[in-house]
Amino acid sequence: MPLIENGRIGEDAWSFIPDGEPVPNDRPVIISFERWQAERDSFEGRNARLGVRLKSGTLAGAIAADLDRFSLVALEFPKFRDGRGFSTARELRERYGYTGEIRAVGHVIPDQYLFLVRTGFTSVEAPEGTNPDSWANALKEITIAFQPSLDDTAPLSLLRRKLKVG
Amino acid sequence: MSAKDRSKEGSMKAITANRLRDGEVVFLGEGGRWVESFAEAALFQRSEADAVLADAKATAEREQFGVDIYAFEVVEEDGVPVPATMRERIRTAGPTVRLDLGKQAA
Amino acid sequence: MNHIAPGARAGIYHYDEIDRQFVAERVEQFRKQVERRLSGELTEEEFKPVRLMNGLYLQLHAYMLRIAVPYGVMSATQLRKLAEIGRRYDRGYGHFTTRQNLQYNWIKLEDTPAILHELAEVDMHALQTSGNCVRNVTTDPFVGAARDEVVDGRVYAEILRQWTTMHPEFTYLPRKFKIAISGAESDRAAVRIHDVGLLARRNDKGEAGFSFYVGGGLGRSPFVGKLVREWVAEEDFVAYLEAILRVYNQYGRRDNIYKARIKILVHELGLEKFTQEVEEEFARLRGPKYRLDPEIVEGVRQHFAPPPFEEPPDHSEALERAKASDPAFANWLAVNVAEHKAPGYAIATISLKPAGGIPGDATCDQMDLVADLAERHSFGELRVTHVQNLVLAHVKKDELYDLWKQLDAAELGSANAGLIGDIIACPGLDYCALANARSIPLAQAISARFADPVRQRTIGELGIKISGCINACGHHHVGAIGILGVDKKGTEYYQITVGGDPTLTTEIGDILGPAVTETEAVDAIEAIVDVYLANRTGEGERFIDTLRRVGHAPFKERIYAAD
Ligand code: HEM
Ligand code: SF4
Repeated sequence: MPLIENGRIGEDAWSFIPDGEPVPNDRPVIISFERWQAERDSFEGRNARLGVRLKSGTLAGAIAADLDRFSLVALEFPKFRDGRGFSTARELRERYGYTGEIRAVGHVIPDQYLFLVRTGFTSVEAPEGTNPDSWANALKEITIAFQPSLDDTAPLSLLRRKLKVG
Repeated sequence: MSAKDRSKEGSMKAITANRLRDGEVVFLGEGGRWVESFAEAALFQRSEADAVLADAKATAEREQFGVDIYAFEVVEEDGVPVPATMRERIRTAGPTVRLDLGKQAA
Repeated sequence: MNHIAPGARAGIYHYDEIDRQFVAERVEQFRKQVERRLSGELTEEEFKPVRLMNGLYLQLHAYMLRIAVPYGVMSATQLRKLAEIGRRYDRGYGHFTTRQNLQYNWIKLEDTPAILHELAEVDMHALQTSGNCVRNVTTDPFVGAARDEVVDGRVYAEILRQWTTMHPEFTYLPRKFKIAISGAESDRAAVRIHDVGLLARRNDKGEAGFSFYVGGGLGRSPFVGKLVREWVAEEDFVAYLEAILRVYNQYGRRDNIYKARIKILVHELGLEKFTQEVEEEFARLRGPKYRLDPEIVEGVRQHFAPPPFEEPPDHSEALERAKASDPAFANWLAVNVAEHKAPGYAIATISLKPAGGIPGDATCDQMDLVADLAERHSFGELRVTHVQNLVLAHVKKDELYDLWKQLDAAELGSANAGLIGDIIACPGLDYCALANARSIPLAQAISARFADPVRQRTIGELGIKISGCINACGHHHVGAIGILGVDKKGTEYYQITVGGDPTLTTEIGDILGPAVTETEAVDAIEAIVDVYLANRTGEGERFIDTLRRVGHAPFKERIYAAD
């Protein structure tokens, strides 16, 4: 599936390993949060990078204590209308200080891309056949923001102002 | 067969949608053509309606023609087929509180 | 007459370059989204939330476009533009809603980008008037004018408008989210039936702060908002709301659309647990990033500086003469005009409820007239109320008679604000795809039955509210008399409730008995009124008070006696 990063289709170094299938040790993989819980000891001493995939009902707090083990957290959107991931990403960044990659997986649409970026996502797994222009556009078409983004700290960021993303 | 003749066969259904580009209420007419007036709507036996509906839906969605496509009951009143529910009557005519608006005004 | 320079209207938030650019970008964005939908790149399922966030619904006859009137305040220029759009793209009228917005009923999808473009010319849009986001924030229609005002709600409503606009985290909430603010002693904004209701107050030091009521809402399961925090200081205003929304976004139910509103979350978690979650989140959010700087507040407040009031004597000779000579005017004055905080001025409610008319509908000609009158008599500014009327908030007492004559000539002079003829009715089955029954014809029949202004005044304060289905857009639960349309085997029936109260003493009405037909409903309302008149202790006892004193029994007996 195409991976969207910085408004473009990018290379995906990661693969998701479904539960039950053997986990390769030599390349970056994403496992489910459930598997992590059940088999965490088996990942002791692993050198290749590890990512974890959270269902939309799993909130940031559930993984907070283990965040230093993961270079990537994938947040699942079962339906694009289910917006819990926006809060989860924000909590990962603001509350738990997570600095690794946060990826949106499942059903998201280009019209949400700007929101994803502004709440802390770094990449998006888009559906096959998606129109890359729509993703590129999504970061350019709106240049004003009305709320603090992740990197703003000044109170003035509560005012509407020009946005610096994309 | 005209709408009139068919409706004698008992409980019938018509198929309707809102046209995507302007929202206009449309009905499936003879030969799979969409029409704006209920008088030109094709009527289907209950038993055949499901299949026709599925087909109409697939086509209309593929062609970006209509949304909210569904079938509704038609009954006969004084020999004329009319929608069974108030809701569909209002859709085929227009608001009951503004007789100057909607299809009834034309 | 009080003219002020164009571009410097009273009480309107002026867009600057940034606001303008934003709205222009949104229009362009929507234009592309419409193109992507028409070309098939977006499915209807994907497009629907996008169009909803631009105020576009699909209704029975066509698309319906809901235009935002932020906190119900707009300029004469804006109203004229609404009239123009109504003529060009709709059918010559619009419908003012209980959310202080305007709806057009006959819109074409392909026209909407052009309409939004025209709206942007007068600093208007349809953003977030629908969809599972934070909706248009509503406030007291007498804001900035009422004598009992403590805090100007517009300032905070505008801050919220900005803060909620395209909020990246809270645009895909479990369900819609409605906020109302009231800054006066009497609540004219129905704060406790909103997802978040804010009562702006002042402490001993004169500083502004807010009581937060959370989890109010009507619909299938009506709840009255619960007090979550008595006092939130102004600087924490945004942080506290952010905390509430984050808790809601994370924990609100998404498995069942009827259980997705925050009221259900508050109910299921319990007030204590919910408050604890919010307080925890708040404790973390509190800090420089979310602190509402007094400078920001001051900057916004500047937009709402009082208009240049002259200083006419509070007692108007002209008014007294007119009152003495024209009883119909005197009646309107007594019913539709409220006290203003500036001496010599008054607040005039323009009723959109002529006897037998469609509640909340205004023709484009009427809109143009009201725009002219607003310019001539109220500093070019007007308001939409949550009972579907309009308000000219700053009218010189000397000019009231002149104003009323012009209103009356255009069927806008009904003297029924707050009376039995001032009925709220949702669009119901005549327009709405979700309806079970029609609302408007019943409202028309009732207001026609009680057309006599003298009779209406004798009956006194009595709100009738009608919804065409359980979504309760007509607020029937909080009507002194509420009416809910139901469908019984294909026939429209109406269920009557009594005892609802939308003000701070909020109450949900009780069902009086089995649902009745439309004709029976009108008779039943009349019977209820008769029982009230026969039982009240005097003119001073309102319907709701009599009902609370004597209970339902006498009313039930009378209506259901025959069966
Ligand atoms: C005609 C198109 C309309 C549609 C399809 C519609 C749909 C809905 C729905 C589905 C709800 C319930 C949402 C929920 O509880 O989660 C609702 C609530 C509401 N609507 Fe509408 N509505 C329409 C028109 C209006 C109008 C014209 C008004 C104002 C007169 C209005 C005011 C409201 C209000 C105030 C609520 C909130 C009631 C509550 O607190 O639960 N709506 N609407
Ligand atoms: S209450 Fe029901 S019928 Fe009335 S407008 Fe709302 S959804 Fe439609």
